[in-house]
Amino acid sequence: MSAATKTRSHSGRRAASAELQLRTVRELRAITDRVLRIAKTAGMPETEVHVDEVIDALTRFANNSIHQHVAEHGLTVSLRVVVDGRTARVTTNRIEGDAIRGAIESAASLAASQPRDPGLLPLPARQNYRAVRRFSSATAALSADSRARAVKNTCTLAETRGQIAAGLFSSGQSQSVLANSRGLFAAYRQTQAEFSVTMQQGSATSWAKGNASDFRAVDPMALAKTASEKAARAENPTELAPGRYTVILEPAAVLDLVGFLFYDFAATAVRDQRSCFSGRLGKPLLGENISIRDDVYHPEQLGAPFDGEGSPRQPVILVDNGVPRNLVYSRRSAKKAGTRPTGHGFALPNEYGEAPMNLVIGGGKTSVEEMIAGTDRGLLVTRLWYIRELDPYEKVMTGMTRDGLFLVEKGKVARSVRNFRFNQSILQMLKSVEALGPSRRATAEESFEMVVPPMKISNFHLSEVTKF
Amino acid sequence: MWDYCGHSLDVARLRGATYADVRVMHLRQSDLTTKSGEVGTLGQSESVGLGIRVVVNGAWGFASTDQLTREGVAVCAAQAVSVAKASALAKKEDVQLAAEASYVDSWQGPCQKDPFEIPLEAQIDLLLKADAAMRQVKGVTLTETDMQFRKIDSWFASSAGSKIHQRRVLSGCGIVATCFKGDAIQKRSYPNSFGGQHILGGYELIEAMDLLKHAPQMAEEAVALHSAAQCPEKKSTLILGGSQLGLQIHESVGHPIELDRVLGQEANFAGTSFLTLDKLNNLRYASPIVNVVADARPAHGPGLGTFAYDDEGVPAQCIDVIKDGEFRGYLSSRETAHLIGLERSGGTMRTESWNRLPMIRMTNVSLLPGTWTPENLIADTDDGIFMETNRSWSIDDRRYQFQFSTEIAWEIKGGKKARMLKNPSYSGITTEFWNSCDAICNADHWVLWGTPNCGKGQPMQTMGTGHGAAPARFRNIKIGTAFSNE
Repeated sequence: MSAATKTRSHSGRRAASAELQLRTVRELRAITDRVLRIAKTAGMPETEVHVDEVIDALTRFANNSIHQHVAEHGLTVSLRVVVDGRTARVTTNRIEGDAIRGAIESAASLAASQPRDPGLLPLPARQNYRAVRRFSSATAALSADSRARAVKNTCTLAETRGQIAAGLFSSGQSQSVLANSRGLFAAYRQTQAEFSVTMQQGSATSWAKGNASDFRAVDPMALAKTASEKAARAENPTELAPGRYTVILEPAAVLDLVGFLFYDFAATAVRDQRSCFSGRLGKPLLGENISIRDDVYHPEQLGAPFDGEGSPRQPVILVDNGVPRNLVYSRRSAKKAGTRPTGHGFALPNEYGEAPMNLVIGGGKTSVEEMIAGTDRGLLVTRLWYIRELDPYEKVMTGMTRDGLFLVEKGKVARSVRNFRFNQSILQMLKSVEALGPSRRATAEESFEMVVPPMKISNFHLSEVTKF
Repeated sequence: MWDYCGHSLDVARLRGATYADVRVMHLRQSDLTTKSGEVGTLGQSESVGLGIRVVVNGAWGFASTDQLTREGVAVCAAQAVSVAKASALAKKEDVQLAAEASYVDSWQGPCQKDPFEIPLEAQIDLLLKADAAMRQVKGVTLTETDMQFRKIDSWFASSAGSKIHQRRVLSGCGIVATCFKGDAIQKRSYPNSFGGQHILGGYELIEAMDLLKHAPQMAEEAVALHSAAQCPEKKSTLILGGSQLGLQIHESVGHPIELDRVLGQEANFAGTSFLTLDKLNNLRYASPIVNVVADARPAHGPGLGTFAYDDEGVPAQCIDVIKDGEFRGYLSSRETAHLIGLERSGGTMRTESWNRLPMIRMTNVSLLPGTWTPENLIADTDDGIFMETNRSWSIDDRRYQFQFSTEIAWEIKGGKKARMLKNPSYSGITTEFWNSCDAICNADHWVLWGTPNCGKGQPMQTMGTGHGAAPARFRNIKIGTAFSNE
């Protein structure tokens, strides 16, 4: 440990260890109190303030060595004023001197520049929140050396097996507080660790990834071994003809595809007629074995128990046995719809309204191994890539398979095959789910983390094949 | 700012760094949107901080801080050194940097009208008028408009003696009309989709785009698409409009030539590249009329990839990427240059912010103009399809197989633009596609398009890139697969 890292800064947050510590909630409350006091002095009738602090570190490796290794610490203050039916937001990471007063004046000036908004609601009053515990002191204290040693073990495994490893090991801690001039105060902190690895053998690759609040729930060596073993099986892929296939999607593939539905559950999206659920609520749309809810309190989820306006997040059943039943609402969209907010609003002002950020897709009891054993001919899909929307109402998505695509024949993984492009409606896909595995927290690259099951799906449309 | 730069470099050196560079950045941003006649987002943000990159024991470390005090930046520099020492636990080779002179300079990008000085009332008024003009058209169900402005000041200093200040003002705007009818959603965007057009420049862009003039046409086309014929599935001649061709360049030329991807450094996330090192000067990438450069120099135009120095202090350059159809060059950095036999970096290291590590990024990767006019190109095409304005884009992780769809297309029959087509798409293999190019329009129709949202790296960084393109023609292209059920 260097002498300099033992030095405490004026903020007191430069800890005695090599790792930094978040400010206390009391310190953040002092910032929000100061902002609200200055705003009141400046004549602002209503003011809301978010303070977000993040301490993150990330160790990135490729070609069996560390090539990028970074650490960051930042705090931002984001404030919103409401003046005469108008609102605007200013965000800054400068909190010293007159910076806050300047930000408040800027927000007031922005707000005054626009027409009055008759639908703008007054700030909410004090709320009660359900407690969540998502902070691991051990994860917050994870050092650069500890991450580097785990990476070194992964690289050694790769070298031993004649493979090349690439990936990352990150750890971080963050906190948010939200306060307003009507007495609302909400605070949340969490830690998060993530390990992701791609193993390459010859021209073949495979991949595995874990993410959790506590780094001890992520096993880098187990993930590295999974990727390594699949990479070995992925060598020398053969080419299959495009067409409709039975596919077994591992959880990461399900997450990245079904995750694209999240904004369709927003009441604002339905009102704007850009949701695939427009005109379809209450009607059978998906298979009876598909149920989806949003639940920030699920033990494998992360995230604050309040939304961008300070409304408490509520669990919401979105799809019940194939029937889309409910949407999520901000305070504004709830008022327009004559219902209660569900606690899913984004920080105002914004044009998108709200969205569920903690999707949980109901699972089943069929393991991936059992799905394989019960498949006469199909494909086992590790991961999907570069997914984009083709048709927003039928929810047709395109993308590629990546990092391990295997032909299943007569109940066994037969061989590796070249990657396909897919053009597939998510709605049609969720009518064709033959089997579901147990749901668990999944992490990939195109959607944020959710709790999803592996799925066996018939008639999945693979339209073209690539060269590897 | 220079004091913070110098002090952090001193601390890094004292603690054992053999090389260090530091960036203090001050980023200001203004975001304004409207939706269906109401103001949506209205906000401004600023962020200021310092990031320092060091080499210790032959390995990299990076740390950043928003504590702009002598004590704060010293702690940050010491942390970067600690991180580098940890990196050395799992290194293969020592970092090797290509030689580069040191520079002391200050540069400001082009900006005729500072958007932060334009009254916000005027900006909101313009967007609300454009929004209203689209809603005048019967059948339109959703209208959206946006403006975004950024002002980025950076102070770069290195242990080799460079001290470079740059200011870049970036501006963008766009409008979108959407029509939901029956069981389909159609939309039209101007001047481009996904945020519109973006340049290195000021409010003069907004005035030049003339959003009000184009708003009714976008709305009418969004409604008309519902009555248009479905784009057929077949092999056909394809003419791409400039903005779509810009994205085609981005995905199938710009990303494959990033040397960090080629070397496997992005293998776990963004992917690798089919352009392995053996292909340099040994691959017919495209037909002989195709010339692509990566040009960051101000002389190339006010693109999102235009600057005077990159974020490791290397002056802006023009690199031949494809010369007369042959593959000639990668995007490189000081660390990777020697791997392709270069004595000097190509100057393409860029960072999103003070708290992110610079990485190899596209600058302005542009297709140089040809000799045709759009009128002559269509007149010379007996049977084909003209596609315009991107709707979706996707390409595999080695950049071989791609599929794009656009918002709108028109049949070309007997040398004339004929009926409108909905749900157009095309797909192919990168080198086969570029080798099928047989006509490129001239400089009068060449536009330096801005892609403001290119994501890469972990932690993810969003970067703006420029892509000059004029409409071009491609033969025997697979059309319509995206919306086929077979």
